[in-house]
Amino acid sequence: MLIRLKGGRIYDPAQKQEGVVSDIYIRDGVIVNHPESASLADVEYDITGKVVMAGAIDIHSHIAGGNVNTARLLLPEQHRNFLARKLNHPFSTARWSATETGYRYALMGYTTVVEPAVLPINALDAHLQMADIPIIDTAGLAILGNDDYLLRLLRTGVAQNQINDYVAWTLHATRCLGLKVINAGGANAFKSNARSFDLDDQVPEYGVSSRHILQTLQRAACEIQLPHPVHVHCNNLGIPGNVDTALATMEAAQGLPMHLAHIQFYGYGNEGNRGFSTAAAKLIDGFKKHPNITMDVGQVLFAQTVTISGDVIAQYSRRHDASPNKWVALDAECEGSGGVVPYCYKESSFVNSLQWLIGLEIFLLAEDPWRLFFTTDHPNGGPFTMYPFLIRLLMDKDYRLECMAQLNQEAVAMSLLKDLHKEFTLYDIAIMTRTAAAQLLGLADRGHLMPGAVADIAVYTEQADKAAMFGHAALVFKNGHLVVKDGEIVGRRNGTAQIVQPEFDKQIERRLQLYYDQFYNLKLDSFAVADVSFNQSDNERFIRHSCGTPYLASHS
Amino acid sequence: MTEINEVPSPFCGAGTDDLTIQVDGTSLKVIKNGCAINTPAFEQPLADTQPRVNGTITDLATAVAKAAAILQSAKQPLLGGCATDVNGMRALLALADKTGAVVDHMSFNNARSNILTLQDSGWMTTTLAEVKNRCDVLLVIGTDLESFTPRFFERYLWTDAAMFLENPVQRKIIYLGQAPSGNASSSPTGQDAQVFECTQDQLPEAVSVLRALIKGRPILAESAGGIPITDLEVIASQLKAAVYGVVTWCVTDLRFDHAELTVQTVCEIVKDINDQGSRCSGLPLVGKEGEQTANQVCGWTTGYPARVSFAKGFPEYDPFLFDSQTMINAGEVDAQVWVQAFNVNAKPLSVTVPTIVLGRSGMAFEQEPDVFIPVGTPGIDHAGHAFRMDNVVAIRLKKLRDAGLPSTAEVLTAIERAV
Repeated sequence: MLIRLKGGRIYDPAQKQEGVVSDIYIRDGVIVNHPESASLADVEYDITGKVVMAGAIDIHSHIAGGNVNTARLLLPEQHRNFLARKLNHPFSTARWSATETGYRYALMGYTTVVEPAVLPINALDAHLQMADIPIIDTAGLAILGNDDYLLRLLRTGVAQNQINDYVAWTLHATRCLGLKVINAGGANAFKSNARSFDLDDQVPEYGVSSRHILQTLQRAACEIQLPHPVHVHCNNLGIPGNVDTALATMEAAQGLPMHLAHIQFYGYGNEGNRGFSTAAAKLIDGFKKHPNITMDVGQVLFAQTVTISGDVIAQYSRRHDASPNKWVALDAECEGSGGVVPYCYKESSFVNSLQWLIGLEIFLLAEDPWRLFFTTDHPNGGPFTMYPFLIRLLMDKDYRLECMAQLNQEAVAMSLLKDLHKEFTLYDIAIMTRTAAAQLLGLADRGHLMPGAVADIAVYTEQADKAAMFGHAALVFKNGHLVVKDGEIVGRRNGTAQIVQPEFDKQIERRLQLYYDQFYNLKLDSFAVADVSFNQSDNERFIRHSCGTPYLASHS
Repeated sequence: MTEINEVPSPFCGAGTDDLTIQVDGTSLKVIKNGCAINTPAFEQPLADTQPRVNGTITDLATAVAKAAAILQSAKQPLLGGCATDVNGMRALLALADKTGAVVDHMSFNNARSNILTLQDSGWMTTTLAEVKNRCDVLLVIGTDLESFTPRFFERYLWTDAAMFLENPVQRKIIYLGQAPSGNASSSPTGQDAQVFECTQDQLPEAVSVLRALIKGRPILAESAGGIPITDLEVIASQLKAAVYGVVTWCVTDLRFDHAELTVQTVCEIVKDINDQGSRCSGLPLVGKEGEQTANQVCGWTTGYPARVSFAKGFPEYDPFLFDSQTMINAGEVDAQVWVQAFNVNAKPLSVTVPTIVLGRSGMAFEQEPDVFIPVGTPGIDHAGHAFRMDNVVAIRLKKLRDAGLPSTAEVLTAIERAV
């Protein structure tokens, strides 16, 4: 079947198209060249005047896995439903469910979302959950850096190729797309009773530093050709003065590609009456000097939310801020940790206001949407359902000023934001949330509208209120199927999971099994990721992407 | 006759995956690494494989059609038991969503003591490999650990190797409340566990005073819950001195009213010790009869643990209102589906309403249900996934034999389509 989207205004940075009026043709779920005769189309959608972009891609959003499910069960009161209209699709009225996650992303025109914290031992759980998220495609980033096996290798001082085999094996075993490092060594140190962990601190019992763990994993990611650079949650999250940690981590990258996650939480100085100040300018200054670094923001938005993180040191240190007053910390299988702390960001709060301001300062100062990505670290800075408001904040200076008037004014007085006049264009948004995001992840088949791309397409009705525009897409196509029409879900389908499968020396499996026999009483096969979907075979479920050179933004 | 190695068990909740099972046609024999829980559960003989409607043998399609008709005419169906694998729960929840049913896992009244604690104040917990590799002091509260998980000590405590313990046999085991039923807790070198015994109804007091001692509160009494304060001080000081202390309990063994308050006190003890600058973690023992699997799948599917009503057209969670026993007693349910793929002895609460049973082959009834469909057991008759007690690990179950039994998921999906 040939589908024609007629007369839309195309925003596709991959083709440098900014509002170009052109038709798009879809056949068998893929964007195709214009046929010789337009009359050949079987179905035609007249979208004259509407804004057309590739489906959006969220590079960092906690949507599945053990800690997310624990957060659901911890907080029944946060997602209670009262009135709901059934769509006659299963679970369409279940809030904060796998179904709602897929639906609400799709309604905004998002079609691919990355779960950035898959603990290898929990990968089967994460994939079982992701397989139940409808419509959108997903991918996971596998966490290493607190696991005994790696730290043991580092303590022994093995050759890099053994590390590389282990990283590659982990990506195979977990069916993930990339590598995540969370406060390298910190979760392990917490189990040995450390309560803080800096870049040059050593993990007790191993004598290896956070820096060494991080650099070794970064090198492994480069050498086994992971397209997505090592995805790093730095040390000292949320601590005043931690901009120095972020800058030191950029230096530690030694010119090789590295992605720094939710960097707003590291844009902190320790000046002023309260010992807490914005260091966005200093952070961005460092960012501009390190073209090998990409970052996502992790913007704070004002709402009740819950923070979910593998950085148990950071989470535990914030337990007294839990609102409501209940929280979970988990030591997980000598591999990692989890911390779940509910939190409410308030405009009246000096700290929360400043966090909000710092996030926006980072967005506006960075000047490079090819290297700086749009996230709220869902749900840690705010739920993804608030993205449309964040897009409006970026695109609409007057709206920003209106919002700033509601904030804690002591914080506003310390911020540059009122003097930053930049307004993001639709083209900037398309770079940040589509084209650059796909390239950063190594997903060549999406993030653009060129022939051959998966037909994941979002069509918006342009409005002055950008929150309204991006909150409810006019049409969304997933693999060429219409899934959203006029802001409503019209089709439920299965998504797929995106993976890379780098090569490794098979010998490692025997060594790992001996290790698991000794320390885990678990067979590797018992927790292998397989048969995860109710409706799809693994062959349909998992889409393999090529390994290759890690992302380095060349467009800036 | 074949032998299958490395068989994972869906029965014990501990994700034991080193069983060797001999398969002879449809009969199974555990020949290596069995235990009092797993061996009888695997060896349960196969019995009926054909569905029955009103006691008469029929085919699956007829049984499914009858089940669908019962659900169709019901105003408030109940889907109980919920003892199955991940796909079974997926299908069960889809059927509940479609029919507006109440979903209630059979062990929820026990699980509730943990869940209420989680939802009121949270907790700090750990997992089995952390216990194995770090735990130097284990405090067991009111629980006979070895009857719950017979191989717990062998697999996780009296181990040859542990990452952070030079000598795993020197771990300290302390029981408060229930004394152990056997000697699994005695170390291989002959060191017995310390046992501070009290009765069920004394346990809340003993645990509360233990917490007070850990917090350094002055205690004037000489004993609490029948245990001398000096003994409770011995427990407190060992837990505080532990490098990585673990406190464990099984809510099924806490058989007194408002056990959730004692669970909460235990969880607060763990937090207090961490507040005081050393490490301690909790280990809730759960996971029999697919309990953890049901709660996990229900969690990501509805947002709530496995006691949820779909009657209003959206999932609604209430840990008390949707207790199936209460609902049946109050006449609030007019049809039920009972799902129990693991245990032939776990039968529906009552058959006063039209009843459909998806049960393990061999389930016998005093009063025949309207529809009985024998289903395969996950991990024996079909592959599947189950969550281990500590939640982090999901394990893959194997198919060991072909007895022609459908899976829970297949049957429930067929019923859902027919409704």
